[in-house]
Amino acid sequence: MTKVTLISSRGPSAPKPERPDSLYEKRHQIYPKLAHGRFRMIKWLVMAGTLGVYYLIPWIRWPRGDGIPDQAVLADFEGEKFYFFFLEIWPQEIYFLGGLVILAALALFLVTSLLGRVWCGYTCPQTVWTDLYIWVERAFEGDRAARMRLDRAPMSVSKALRKGGKHFVWLLIAFLTGGAFILYWHDAPTIARTFFTGEAPMTAYFFAGILTFTTYMLAGTMREQVCTYLCPWPRIQGALTDEHALNVTYRYDRGEPRGRLHKDQGFEGRGDCIDCKQCVQVCPMGIDIRGGAQLECIHCALCIDACDDIMRKVGRPTGLIAYDTDRAVSARAQGGAVKYSLLRPRTILYSVLIVLISTLILWGYGAKSTYEFSVLKDRSPPFIRLSDGRVRNGYTLKLVNKSVTTQQVGITVKGLGDAEFEIIGIGTSQPGGGLTLTSEAHGVDRYRMLVTVPAGDAADRDNLVVEIRDPGTGETIEAGAPFTRGDR
Amino acid sequence: MTDHKPEIDEVSGVETTGHTWDGIKELNNPLPRWWLYIFYASIVWAVVYMVFMPAIPALPGTGMTNTLGIRGHSDRALVADDIAQLTTQRADGSAKLLTATLSEIETDMNLQQFALAMGESAFGDNCATCHGAGGRGAKGYPMLADDVWLWDGTLSGIETTLRHGIRHDEDPDTRNSAMPAFGRDGLLTPREIDDLVQFVLVRSGREGDAAAANRAAPVFAQQCTSCHGADGKGDRTLGAPNLTDQEWVFGSEPRDIHQSIYNARNAHMPAWQGRLDEATIKALAVYVHSLGGGEK
Repeated sequence: MTKVTLISSRGPSAPKPERPDSLYEKRHQIYPKLAHGRFRMIKWLVMAGTLGVYYLIPWIRWPRGDGIPDQAVLADFEGEKFYFFFLEIWPQEIYFLGGLVILAALALFLVTSLLGRVWCGYTCPQTVWTDLYIWVERAFEGDRAARMRLDRAPMSVSKALRKGGKHFVWLLIAFLTGGAFILYWHDAPTIARTFFTGEAPMTAYFFAGILTFTTYMLAGTMREQVCTYLCPWPRIQGALTDEHALNVTYRYDRGEPRGRLHKDQGFEGRGDCIDCKQCVQVCPMGIDIRGGAQLECIHCALCIDACDDIMRKVGRPTGLIAYDTDRAVSARAQGGAVKYSLLRPRTILYSVLIVLISTLILWGYGAKSTYEFSVLKDRSPPFIRLSDGRVRNGYTLKLVNKSVTTQQVGITVKGLGDAEFEIIGIGTSQPGGGLTLTSEAHGVDRYRMLVTVPAGDAADRDNLVVEIRDPGTGETIEAGAPFTRGDR
Repeated sequence: MTDHKPEIDEVSGVETTGHTWDGIKELNNPLPRWWLYIFYASIVWAVVYMVFMPAIPALPGTGMTNTLGIRGHSDRALVADDIAQLTTQRADGSAKLLTATLSEIETDMNLQQFALAMGESAFGDNCATCHGAGGRGAKGYPMLADDVWLWDGTLSGIETTLRHGIRHDEDPDTRNSAMPAFGRDGLLTPREIDDLVQFVLVRSGREGDAAAANRAAPVFAQQCTSCHGADGKGDRTLGAPNLTDQEWVFGSEPRDIHQSIYNARNAHMPAWQGRLDEATIKALAVYVHSLGGGEK
C-alpha cells in the first residue's frame, strides 16, 4: 500500500495552480540557448553531412545498361528492384535487406555500449531536423532570452512577421524534406519535373504531403516530446547502457557540493559547480544533466560545451560535464582508481556478430548467380498416363536473368533415365538431349515443360533435376522437383 | 469550487486523483496535451468520414443498404473500373488473338504466352468445374491432359468442340452421335450384355471370362463394330471411344462397363460460342492443346 501524505492546507498567498483538476498536461515550451564549443561544431558538421547525404544522394547517376534505371540509390517499386550503387536487390533477395537491418541494430548496440546514445545526440533525423528548426527559429526570433520575451509580448507587427517568417521557412524545409523523400522511389530528375506539372503519381504527392506534415510537426512543434513519448529507443536504451558506457555525465565527485560562487570566494571546500544553470539553458530536452542519467537525455553534449565555457571563465579545469562512465565517476567519488574498459564481453560479442553477419552478407552477395531458376510441379493432374503406358508430368519453369543482356541457355533434364521433355512453344527434346531457351535480359521468363518417361515398373516417385547452362560462361544451375507415376 | 486538497503521494511525489480502492490511491500522471488533441482529431475525422464515405446502415424499406456519402464512393464501381482498365490493357492482345489463325498463335511466342495466360484463367472459370484443375478429368468427364481423345485432339478440333459442344441440341453444328441403350431398349438380352462386358475386358488386356468373351464376339461384330470398329479401337468422327486402351471415362470396373452398355452414356458438353467471346474461345483452345495431349 502506498503511503500518502496529506498536505494540510495551502497558505492564502500560495499561487493557485492553473486548472488543478486537469487530466491533461500542457507542454512546457523549451527555449534552448545557443552553445559554443567543440561539440556544437561537431553537431553542425554532422548536420551538414547528414542533410547533404539525404538531399543529394538521389541525384547521383550510375549507368547500368539499357532500359535499367541509372539512379545510384533507388527503390524501384514498378520494376520491383532495389538499387544501391553497384548493388542490385531483386524481390526474392530481400533477405539481404533483412541482414542490413540486423547489422544496423548490432552496430547501434555496439556504439551504445561504448559511447552511449551518440545516435540520438548527433545523427537521429529527429535531432538533426529539430536542430535545423531551432537554428531557423533563432535566426528569426533571437536566442533564448529574446525568444522568451517575444512569446510573452503582446501580438505586434514585428512579432507576427518574425513568427510568420519562421513558420514559412519551417514549411519550406518540411516540403523539401518530403520532396526529397520521394526522389528515392522514382527517377529523381523526372519526378522533380512531373511533380510540379501534376503528372506525378498520387503516391508521390501523398508521401510528399505526409513527410512535409510530419517534418513540420515533429521538428517544429513536438520536438523533445517525440523522444520522450513516441520513440521506443530511450526505453530500449535502459537495457543497453551500462556503467561502462561513455555517457554525457555530470561528474558529481567534482561538482558537489554545488553553490553560487560569490565574489572573492575560492573553490576550497566546495564543488566546482557554481549552479549557473547554463547546462539547463542550452538543453534541447529541457532537463538538468546534474540529475544523472535520465530517459529524456539524448546525449547531444551541448551541456558539455556550455559548462566548459563557464569553467574556463571561473578558472577551473574543463570537463565538469563530460563523456564519462558511471563507474569512473563513482570510483573517483570513492577515491578509487579509474578504469575504462572498451573490451568487454558484450562489446566483443557485438563486434564478432557484426563481422560474422557482414561476412555472411558479402559472401552471399558474392555467390549470387546470374540466373535464378525454379521448377514447380503441376499439382493437378499430378501425373498423366498416356495410352501407350508412358507417364508424363507437367511443370512450370521460371527463369530469372539478372544480367543486362539477353542470353541463350541450354536446358537438360537428369535423374529419370530415358526421359524426353517438351517445352510448350519451344520444342521437344530426344531422350538424353536438350533444348535452347531464350532468357530475356533483366527479366523473368515462364515456360511450361512436360516430361515423359517410358512405361515400366519404376518407383512411384522419383526426383527430376533440371539443369540450365549458360554456354558463354559455363555457369550451370540446377533445380529439382518430384516426378510421380502413381498416387498409391 | 470545493476545498480541494491535493494529496501528494509520499513515495513518488506525485499528486493523487483522490480516488481510493481498498486503500490504494490512484496517482495523477496526466497524459500529454497533444495526445488529447489527437483523440479529438480522431473524433472529428470519424464525423468527416461519415459525411464523405458510405458509413451508416440505412433503415429497412429505403431501398438502400447504407448511406452513400457525398463522395459517392463504391467498391463495386471501383472493381468495374479495374476490370475496364484491364480490358483496355489487354485490348491489343485480344485484338491480335481475334484476327490470328490458330497456327499463327502457335508460332508467335508472345501471342501464345498471352493466349495461354488468358486460357488458363478462362479454363479455371468455365471448364474446371467438370474437367478439373489442369484438365485432370473426373469420372464421366474426360481428362484433357493425356493423349486420348474422343473426338479430335488437334488445335482446330479442340476449337470446334469448344465452339459447338457435344450433343448440344441447340447448336446444329454440335458434335453428335448416339449409342443405343442396349439393355434398357431391349436390343440385347441381359446375358448378352454380361458376355459383352467380359469381351470388352479381355479386349483391353484385362482379366475376363474367356468363354463369355468368345460367346460375345459375334454380338460385338454385329452391334458394336459400326462405331467402335472391327478392332474395337473406336472412331473419332463419331466420338466412339477406343475400347482396347486403359482409358475409361466412365470407369473401368465391370459394373461401370455394364452400365455403359445397358443405358448408354451419351455425355454432353455445352457449346461455348455465344457464351464466351471469340478471343477467349481461341485462348481456351490453345491452352487445352498445351496441356499435354495436343495433336498436330
